[in-house]
Amino acid sequence: MTTAVARAAVRRMGAKNRNAGIAFASPLALVTLVFFVVPILLVCYMSGTDWKLLGGNKGWNFPDNYLTVVEHRMFWPAVAFTVKYTVIATILLIVIGLGLALLVQESSRWKGLLRTAILLPAATGLASASLLFYALYSPQVGPFKEFLSSIGIASILGSPDGALWATVFLIVWRYSGFYMLLLLVGLQAISMDLYEAARVDGASTLQIFSRITVPLLRPSLALSTIMCVTGSLLAFDQFYILTKGGPDGSTMTVVQLVYNLAFESKRSLGLAAALSVIALLALVVVNIFQLRVLRGGDEDE
Amino acid sequence: MSEQLSRGTGRTKAKGPLRLAIRTPYYVLTGGLAIIFLYPLIWAGVGSFAPSPGSNQVDGWGVGNYITLMYFQAGLGTYLFNSFVVTLLAVLFTLLLSLLGGYAFAYFSFPGKNALFLLVLSILMVPYATLLIPLVIWLKTIYLNNTLVGVAFILAVFQLPFAVFMMRISFEAVPRDISEAAKVDGCSNWTLLWRILIHAVKPGLITVGMFAFLAAWNDFMVPLYLLSGDNQTLPLALVNMRQQVMGVIDYGATQAGVTVLTLPCIILFLALQRHYVRGFMSGALKG
Repeated sequence: MTTAVARAAVRRMGAKNRNAGIAFASPLALVTLVFFVVPILLVCYMSGTDWKLLGGNKGWNFPDNYLTVVEHRMFWPAVAFTVKYTVIATILLIVIGLGLALLVQESSRWKGLLRTAILLPAATGLASASLLFYALYSPQVGPFKEFLSSIGIASILGSPDGALWATVFLIVWRYSGFYMLLLLVGLQAISMDLYEAARVDGASTLQIFSRITVPLLRPSLALSTIMCVTGSLLAFDQFYILTKGGPDGSTMTVVQLVYNLAFESKRSLGLAAALSVIALLALVVVNIFQLRVLRGGDEDE
Repeated sequence: MSEQLSRGTGRTKAKGPLRLAIRTPYYVLTGGLAIIFLYPLIWAGVGSFAPSPGSNQVDGWGVGNYITLMYFQAGLGTYLFNSFVVTLLAVLFTLLLSLLGGYAFAYFSFPGKNALFLLVLSILMVPYATLLIPLVIWLKTIYLNNTLVGVAFILAVFQLPFAVFMMRISFEAVPRDISEAAKVDGCSNWTLLWRILIHAVKPGLITVGMFAFLAAWNDFMVPLYLLSGDNQTLPLALVNMRQQVMGVIDYGATQAGVTVLTLPCIILFLALQRHYVRGFMSGALKG
């Protein structure tokens, strides 16, 4: 008797609980559906249609868009440049971020100031940082204009290599504080006792770094690498503002090519959607691969 | 921040002149580093008031570049207002959705709970750069094209993976005794959230709100695809201003614009640094 009543009460509570959960989660579900799920379905549909920027949907033409995009003269150069940029940016940001984290991890007033100074650029927007560096690099008002013209460089952004490295420098300036903070958090989680024990056993600084710091920092390093690779593969703002993909398309990234196909050269949303889907799939593959490497590392430990 | 990250050196320290001799190269090196990171910001701030050729501030120091901005096309006021509206709405949407969602995920069980959580996290896998083409068409279909509200929704959605995750952890970290005691006292789910739990998850809300603010205020790509004319936000208007003056670029006005854009971020960043680092640390330590 009492158990039956209790069970009914529990069931009633459960149902009430369930309805409340649905009610609290429904705004989130609705917004995610409207602004995330629908666009994903739409991009897949658009990638299979002849959809012009001005003319609208002219009907199904799968797989023409995909074939046209892959054969586009800028497709492989853009892929190659995006990968090259991603490798350079990721290696530099992780190495510099780790170096800075090791440099400022001890607590003192000076190191606190140093941390703040290094982190401050991370508060600026990528677009405003790019505009700022565009002015900084300019041959008209840039503070290095005399120095540059004295070594025979009229404009840093004028040559393919100059444009690439100028952009990389901007990205290192803007993001290394962020990765420093991320790795600093990982460093703080390593127990002091381990360092003490290693030192007592006579380990050198280099040994401590390679045998204790790096292995124990692996989760933070993995997270930083994933964020850095994903961010760099989708690079847009910095190149759109600093180089416009030039000179001669030498700094055109994949995401820039999407914009270019949609609004500048082909004015075809169908082609741009097809390239978006290709980029999206490539990104999912890269992320799954990275997560697998990360998880494999956890199982070893 | 310093207590948060405090850690002894474990080395014995030399004293007096010897210490100074050892430490001087170190201070030169690290001081140089600090200058590299601060210099571009200071250059833009100072340069926006300094005289420079080809700008509205040719002779002497003054606010000529800011006056250029004031009267550029729709005017600085309009673009600043647009940026404020987009940012405010995006932060509000992010906070509201992640607060209610986090509460639902942490305190209730309902059908589709795990599926919804995974769906929200999967937004991380599909960054907006790959979805802006369909969004151009879709927002037109639902009458939100070229509106600040539409852009705010999209900016909020791409904050959700981090925000919902953060709020779920924040709610789960609140001791259950609190909600059970409140339930015994006859508190409804709604009152429990708004009167009691909201205070416990405040650090999480501040972190989520600040990330949403910085992302929305600074975003360039979403407005580039979805806003035009008098509805442009400030970053977009500044980039367009640079391109429209017939090849002659007004660097002075660009510096002034960068200063206007960056100053609120730096102030917020410094003011909330303590919270920001703590949010980061606690999230990381809980794994």
